[in-house]
Amino acid sequence: MLKSNTFSRKTKAGRIKKEVREIYLRDDIYCGAAACKTCDTSTSRAPLDVASPLLILDTNVLLHQIDLLENSAIDNAVLLSVVLDEVKNKNMAVYNRIRALSTNPLRKFYVFSNQFHKDTFVKRMDGETPNDYNDRAIRVATRWYQTHLGTAATVLLITNDRDNKRTAGEEGISADTIQSYVKSLGQPELLDLLVQPASESEDTVMVEVEDLRPSKRQVVYQEHKPMSEITLGLHRGIYHQGKLRVNRYNPFQAYVGSESIGDEIIIYGRQNMNRAFDGDIVAVELLPQDQWHEEKNLSIADEEDEEEDDVHLAPSSADDAPRTTNLVSDSATDMNSTPSRPSGRVVGIIKRNWHSYCGSLEPMSMPAGTGSFTSALFVSKDHRIPKIRIQTRQLENLLDKRIIVAVDSWDRQSRYPSGHYVRVIGEIGDRDTESEVVLIENDINSRPFSSQVLACLPPLPWSVSSEDVANSIRQDLRSLRVFSVDPPGCKDIDDALHCTALPNGNYEVGVHIADVTNFVHPGTPLDGEASQRGTSVYLVERRIDMLPKPLTEDICSLRADVERLAFSVIWEMTPDAEIISTRFTKSVIKSCAALSYVEAQARMDDSRLMDPLTTDLRNLNALAKIMRQRRIDRGALTLASAEVKFQIDTETHDPLDIGMYQIREANQMVEEFMLAANVSVAKQIRDCFPSCSLLRRHPTPTREMLEPLLCTAAAIGLDLDVSSSKALADSLDHAVRDDPYFNKLIRILATRCMTQAVYFCSGDLSPPEYHHYGLAAPLYTHFTSPIRRYADVIVHRLLAASLGIDKLPPVFQDRSQLTSIADNLNYRHRNAQMASRASVELHTLIYFRKRPTDTEARIVKIRSNGFIVFVPKYGIEGPVYLTGRGEKGSGEWHVDEQQQKIVKMDNSNSNSLSYSVLQSVRIHMEVVEPQPNRPKLQLTLIS
Amino acid sequence: MEYVSPEGLRLDGRRPMEMRQLRAEIGTVAKANGSAVFEMGNTKVIAAVYGPREVQNRSQQINDQALVRCEYSMANFSTGDRMRKPKGDRRSTEISLVIRQTMEACILTHLMPRSQIDIFVQVLQADGGTRSACINAATLALADAGIPMRDIVTSCSAGYLNSTPLLDLNYIEDSAGGPDVTVGILPKLDKVTLLQMDAKLPVDIFENVMGLAIEGCKAIANYIREVRTVVCFLLSAKSSISFP
Repeated sequence: MLKSNTFSRKTKAGRIKKEVREIYLRDDIYCGAAACKTCDTSTSRAPLDVASPLLILDTNVLLHQIDLLENSAIDNAVLLSVVLDEVKNKNMAVYNRIRALSTNPLRKFYVFSNQFHKDTFVKRMDGETPNDYNDRAIRVATRWYQTHLGTAATVLLITNDRDNKRTAGEEGISADTIQSYVKSLGQPELLDLLVQPASESEDTVMVEVEDLRPSKRQVVYQEHKPMSEITLGLHRGIYHQGKLRVNRYNPFQAYVGSESIGDEIIIYGRQNMNRAFDGDIVAVELLPQDQWHEEKNLSIADEEDEEEDDVHLAPSSADDAPRTTNLVSDSATDMNSTPSRPSGRVVGIIKRNWHSYCGSLEPMSMPAGTGSFTSALFVSKDHRIPKIRIQTRQLENLLDKRIIVAVDSWDRQSRYPSGHYVRVIGEIGDRDTESEVVLIENDINSRPFSSQVLACLPPLPWSVSSEDVANSIRQDLRSLRVFSVDPPGCKDIDDALHCTALPNGNYEVGVHIADVTNFVHPGTPLDGEASQRGTSVYLVERRIDMLPKPLTEDICSLRADVERLAFSVIWEMTPDAEIISTRFTKSVIKSCAALSYVEAQARMDDSRLMDPLTTDLRNLNALAKIMRQRRIDRGALTLASAEVKFQIDTETHDPLDIGMYQIREANQMVEEFMLAANVSVAKQIRDCFPSCSLLRRHPTPTREMLEPLLCTAAAIGLDLDVSSSKALADSLDHAVRDDPYFNKLIRILATRCMTQAVYFCSGDLSPPEYHHYGLAAPLYTHFTSPIRRYADVIVHRLLAASLGIDKLPPVFQDRSQLTSIADNLNYRHRNAQMASRASVELHTLIYFRKRPTDTEARIVKIRSNGFIVFVPKYGIEGPVYLTGRGEKGSGEWHVDEQQQKIVKMDNSNSNSLSYSVLQSVRIHMEVVEPQPNRPKLQLTLIS
Repeated sequence: MEYVSPEGLRLDGRRPMEMRQLRAEIGTVAKANGSAVFEMGNTKVIAAVYGPREVQNRSQQINDQALVRCEYSMANFSTGDRMRKPKGDRRSTEISLVIRQTMEACILTHLMPRSQIDIFVQVLQADGGTRSACINAATLALADAGIPMRDIVTSCSAGYLNSTPLLDLNYIEDSAGGPDVTVGILPKLDKVTLLQMDAKLPVDIFENVMGLAIEGCKAIANYIREVRTVVCFLLSAKSSISFP
């Protein structure tokens, strides 16, 4: 069976080196056709059907037509390993999608390892280019399929490579382009998914076209430099490499964080951005210093034909990376350092960040004939993405739909990139569609759980078995008076508390967390799915679970009056809330009451109630207050965010009312014990597994990040000390004015300057970096919500292993894998937050659509043509323009940087009109649609 | 990095449980008492055995058994990089020691008191698993020299990549940074004489990987027995089967 064959190949790794690799050619690789008699089909998957034509796909087809291939109309295809390898090298995302296709049991895609098959192996010839070699290998494999299956099947090579197709024809292999193949299927809707051959060509090819007919089209953008020149330029320091980030307030402005300069390079205008998308890795050339712009970035944003600002809801602290936060959203640093801010232009794109985008078509009149291709412009919901030109045959269907479009190319002659239609999401303006868009934009998987995942669930109805109780690792705590306090209507109850007075005057306090790891075992499909999802996502009207519903709402949920499995942290505390001892154990509990915050608060406040449960609540509350005070004394920050709560109509799911989320003492009480449990667990796992614990840290914000806060504070004469979290907490406490909302507003502003807390693997950082700034805790982790956060599941496993209850899963041996899990969790966590915020934004829009409102607002930022206000009552933030649209320059309005004031330059009288930061103004809120299908909340000043 | 494709093939076309092609030749160095070339795929080593002979350095002489010495080196051209490595670097010293100890465990040293046996092994071409190949070559060379042994020693490595146990790692797989278990056994006696692992593995997986390596060792033992020209004097009572 083993047949050795060596080949040599030269690789370039700085220098030329000869590499010799063995190839073991095999005779046990099967063709994958179910009807094949010669191949042994019993052991491996054989999805191919010889009755219909067998497609052998070339690399260029896979790379460009992935959206088409994912459509179920294209099937019965052979993926050659030589093709897959090339795809993998060129585009990992496409590779992953193809791999998903090939493992999907519903699709007939078969991977044939042609390089290792004794009959299809081809030896590289001298002087043969990799491309020619691959093409030849593909043709050899195709011919093998033809002879192997004989007359039973038709084998068709699908290639868009002209040379390959011609040579195939000469060799007697039937070959076709994907375009003509799709046409032959006679399904016109497939044609929309097809990437047009013209747009398939890259930059260099377009230059040739331009040479042929120079007068035909106008060149809009400058040519991208070839890769060799870019590498050279980067080496010499002429060009700078970095990730392009488009300003979310102004799509014509972008930043490139460059390590070689150590500063962000600003790029103004689409010309200078030179076809780069948000997230692309680009090479930038600095402009001469006299072209560095100064004033533009101060205006809120308006230019050309594009929209201006979108309604942006608070809080914006969680914006991408910390570096970007301060740049995108702050004006203060910009202003102060503008003259020294380098500007540049993009000379080349090193790595594209193209993916699919959600949006709608720009309204246009219907062309006369139907059924033929028409061009349309696609407008993405993400303002940072330029319009995309697509070709479609079903314009009338798409005009009022939200659709997904993928970008294919952007050549120099066209103002907009060209792309192709992928699929329809639904009607524009429909709430479900728009919610779907929110999910897609934030890369949230809302698909139902697969059958493999559901197979991992315990049989239903589930109840605590006698074995669970008898298990020696599990303590029977059913006799304790355990209860839970959660938001009203909460179904996924993952924490419960108990508090017993001990004879010695101390209290035994227990935090009981749902024992999710008893059901989610490492390495199962259920675990894989949960780790991919990372977190449950809470939208206004629905929840996307991390774990299947039976687990989330029943088996794990610590509901009242049923026995449940828990993982408990039990402390003995003095009446002064000093922890004397900490104990961790798996347990069986029976909650006696599932209270809501309101109920718990009412019980505590009602002095007539003296029942044991209420006493427990009061004791806990007393302890929590002391713990909270101690935490604040240590320097924990009390931050504020403008969280809003919707009342949703149960029938239509439309928002009925919105208001700020009220925080009660009961919330703080529960929060306090959860924090304490998390800290205790963090200590335990970090002591046991110093190099592979999953912890959570909150980096100290840098001075630059706090700059906008300091600037605002200085303008209103407030002195903030930001030297430490303690100093900041104290000065925030002292920031009190007559105005009752003042303190909260300052806290909201402070919250936005903070970095995002992140999960990390303890082996990746040194202990001083573990610090959690906001909580002023040296160690912190997440342990208390395993139903809705995967991080907590990992921490549960670590804790169980540290107690010797369970073995440590192998994942923890592999630090790089743990780091990638932590990265994924951070990504999912951020996306979940963004999605919740976008969902709130969406519902705000729906709410105000029917209810134009006048309300009080606070100015939070001054810009050259207006200011940004914050509406406390609804938690909305948005721009208010003082100058009309189109009026360039802010002529009569003058911005005072120092005072953070905008003053009307009125020559006639001395007491001119002025607005300063934090000032209260009355505004009118109304939903308008300046461009069809893009409703937005417009805020106008009522004078 | 994907070391095992979803189709279950490794980068060089092997399946996870498959070994590379073996090749052996005995008597390649005429001057030596025994010698052998051993190849595992692209890994190629040569071994030469001198002795038993008089102890060169009297002070090292042992009165009740033979002195076994081993020198491991890599030819400068073995990696293709033409790196000139100083003789006696840490790695070579360590491997020399490992080979010496492994071979000492199977040579019946008490039959040759006050004598010395020198084993020289040199890597001619390195492609992962040099340690194992050297031990296998040394076994053949010792057998060729007619040195009395309890049993032959064979060695093979196994690793764990992409959550799959892999037999006989080549250089690319070896440098992936995963665990690498090298095992040496006395196949007839069914005893382990060498076990080395860098990196960590959970115990249950380790047992799997080690089991795989032992299977590899046994396969190599069968191959070595097949090599017709092996002349081996097995004096141990337990292993009475001798090679023709």
